[in-house]
Amino acid sequence: MQSTVPLFPEQASTIAHHVDWLYLFLVAVTAFFSLLVAALILFFIIRYKRTPDREAEQIHGSTLLEIVWTVIPLGISMVIFVWAAVLYFHMQRPPSNAMEVYGVAKQWMWKFEYPGGQREINSLHVPIGRPVKVTLISQDVIHSFFVPAFRVKQDVLPNRYMTTWFEAKEPGTYHLFCSQYCGTKHSAMIGEVVAMKPEDFASWLTSGKAEGSLAAQGEKLFQQLGCATCHRADSGARGPNLAGLYGRPVRLTDGHVVVADDNYLRESILVPNAKVVSGFQPIMPTFQGMISEEDLIQLTDYIKHLSAPTMEGPLNNRSTPEQIRDSEVKQVQDQMKQQETAPQKTSGNNK
Amino acid sequence: MSTVTANVMPAKHYLNDNYGIRSWLLTKDHKRIAVLYLASITVFFFIGGIYAALIRLQLLTPQGALFQADTYNKLFTMHGVNMIFFFLVPSVPAVMGNFILPIMIGAKDLAFPKINLLSWYIYIAGACFSLAALVSGGVDTGWTFYTPLSTGFLRTPVTVLAIGVLIAGFSSIFTGLNFIVTVHRMRAPGMTWGRLPLFVWANYATSIIMILGTPVLAITLILVALERAFHIGVFDPKLGGDPVLFQHMFWFYSHPAVYIMILPGMGVISEIITCFSRKRVFGYPFIAFSSIAIAVFGFVVWAHHMFVAGISVYSALVFSLLSYAVAIPSAVKVFNWTATMYKGSISLQTPMLYALAFIGLFTIGGLTGLFLAALGLDIHIHDTYFVIAHFHYIMVGGMVTAYMGGLHFWWPKITGRMYPEGWSKLSALIVFIGFNLTFFPQFILGYLGMPRRYAAYPPEFQVLNVLSTAGASILAVGFIMPAIYFIWSLKYGEVAGNNPWQATGLEWEISSPPPTHNFHETPIVTTEPYHYGAEQEVPVVP
Repeated sequence: MQSTVPLFPEQASTIAHHVDWLYLFLVAVTAFFSLLVAALILFFIIRYKRTPDREAEQIHGSTLLEIVWTVIPLGISMVIFVWAAVLYFHMQRPPSNAMEVYGVAKQWMWKFEYPGGQREINSLHVPIGRPVKVTLISQDVIHSFFVPAFRVKQDVLPNRYMTTWFEAKEPGTYHLFCSQYCGTKHSAMIGEVVAMKPEDFASWLTSGKAEGSLAAQGEKLFQQLGCATCHRADSGARGPNLAGLYGRPVRLTDGHVVVADDNYLRESILVPNAKVVSGFQPIMPTFQGMISEEDLIQLTDYIKHLSAPTMEGPLNNRSTPEQIRDSEVKQVQDQMKQQETAPQKTSGNNK
Repeated sequence: MSTVTANVMPAKHYLNDNYGIRSWLLTKDHKRIAVLYLASITVFFFIGGIYAALIRLQLLTPQGALFQADTYNKLFTMHGVNMIFFFLVPSVPAVMGNFILPIMIGAKDLAFPKINLLSWYIYIAGACFSLAALVSGGVDTGWTFYTPLSTGFLRTPVTVLAIGVLIAGFSSIFTGLNFIVTVHRMRAPGMTWGRLPLFVWANYATSIIMILGTPVLAITLILVALERAFHIGVFDPKLGGDPVLFQHMFWFYSHPAVYIMILPGMGVISEIITCFSRKRVFGYPFIAFSSIAIAVFGFVVWAHHMFVAGISVYSALVFSLLSYAVAIPSAVKVFNWTATMYKGSISLQTPMLYALAFIGLFTIGGLTGLFLAALGLDIHIHDTYFVIAHFHYIMVGGMVTAYMGGLHFWWPKITGRMYPEGWSKLSALIVFIGFNLTFFPQFILGYLGMPRRYAAYPPEFQVLNVLSTAGASILAVGFIMPAIYFIWSLKYGEVAGNNPWQATGLEWEISSPPPTHNFHETPIVTTEPYHYGAEQEVPVVP
């Protein structure tokens, strides 16, 4: 970080200069109109200074001028609106080849976990030249993940996974701020993002003391918590088989179809009766309060990795006639894509 | 003023009509109630100002110069709550609106004088709760009361403060109700809608927002209080609630509240610019209807405060588009005010200096709003000092400047006396310089990424923070000076006479201070507003 007085933030991500161009355009618009108004006012003050020998000329107005100064600002605003919206859509959609990282925010620290099981606190190591998707959740109040050098910000909510993504350009250490006021030590909830060359990042990953990958730890939990007693592949299982479930549309007992994404899996563990899969009884006990956010991430990651379909195929044990079959998945997904008006940011369809 | 020579105070006016504390506390005279409001909001302006001063002192050094983080968090919370709910919202409507609006339309009082008095008492009750919250330890939610922090995590007297704000809300509902009925029912003969002064239009639009928006704030705060007391689970996700729902409900009031705070100021500016340019206003219908347009559009832009809060990309798109729509009527007003000066006969007395400062600062404040409405750009600057700078350009550069302009404009009418012109011009200049030095560096800080509500910050932000604090100390001088010379003028100021500015409008045709019932006989209006023209004597300012 610079020791001198900076007046403009570093451009350390692939989108930073896109955001800055829009910013500079807006600065130019602001400067132009502010100076125009100021110049007119100054000119009028001097030119039309009150003197005894001249009186004001009464003018009612001009519809033409009113139209001009309505339409021109409207036109400029629409240019800004479209430009900013296109940029926003780009910023909201993580590329499908993004590396995944999980972040858990709590009063007042950031915890990050990599799929390989590496963990760190108040520091996030990322490779340059590769998109990184961060899936975020809060353990308590609302926080916000803000990396100014990357022009990236995302509120971190309790009870719901949010995602953001960035691609770092330059190796370096950058500020990570919590930008949503979160209580006493809000201003101390800061950390750093360390962007590294890919080879440095690879050796950093292997140097960490991981206790096995997230999926492996999730599998352990899956056994410990007794999930495996019901969620099995055989036909006597009381719960749906989870293999190949992630990212797939599922029909519920009330007929709705939902995508089994991170938020769905999380909710189904904590509030199992909220969305019961068609053909199953609401008999699963809640795990609310018994399982930490980190454990939930591990479990979810384990379920994600259960992608190899078993012989019966996913959900097929006790499957009802209404349940979506393997052969129908593609069709249902297409339908959902057409119908979706307000997609969840954390949809897992990019797998 | 060279032409004002033989002015004498009227023998009988609203101030000397009756004496004693009872005659003030039980008054139903809209003018006296305005003076009560003036005194009370001035107290809150200076309390809020002290918080601001302490905030700026804390930020002199990166580690925080004075306070623990907890104390700092209480300071910015109480600064925001005080300034917004107990100064800005009531400022122009409850003081100048109360005093001038009935006179401007030729009425002897507001439609419901008792409700008007009640609104002041309700305001005071709300203010007492807010002070009680302060005395019992202070509250650290931020003025936005975001859940689940406010409902489930803080042990400070949040509920007391929420009740205070809730109560104060009813005072603005009553004021709004009173204005709407008064404008509809009590206009003098000939005072058609097309002849209403623009100050009346602006306050009318404000009143609509007050009575439609404030109840939602009340509901939201009641839910926060219930959630704290009984854990009803509306906002707290642990109880099955949704914290983002709170943000929707809060901003559904609090965004329109921005227009509650700025629209009346715009009305003041229209009065001042015309008077000191001796011109009809340029594009009267456009300025009048832009107030209504702002009131209407202002209700459908609230989620632009939530672009990173987890709303869907499509609803973000809609709210961004609508936010640009609400910017246009403000631009129309700025252009019309500027055009009003064209071929005018301009004199730069103190109210005009404030009005011109308003136009400049409001233009910057408004245009920087376009940055925040721009989706891809807002992601970076949301919740940074850029936002702080933006809304202070609107709230202080805009509204407080307009309030000061209005106070200097109508002070002779309210008190019957002039303030010292030299001192007041100097203070206007100091306010302008101090304001810009305080808040302009914050735009740069914001784009650099300094988050708001930070009690400590990385060292590279220090220089800009020191500049901002230096500006704040200049700004403080600019606001203390008027407090002194206004009080001085009550006794020693030159007698103003009915119409020291040679302005048009019914309020300038009656004595200063006005008689208790404003008009001895009901005026009949035969001209449009701002009929500045040849028949009037034009004073020459040396």
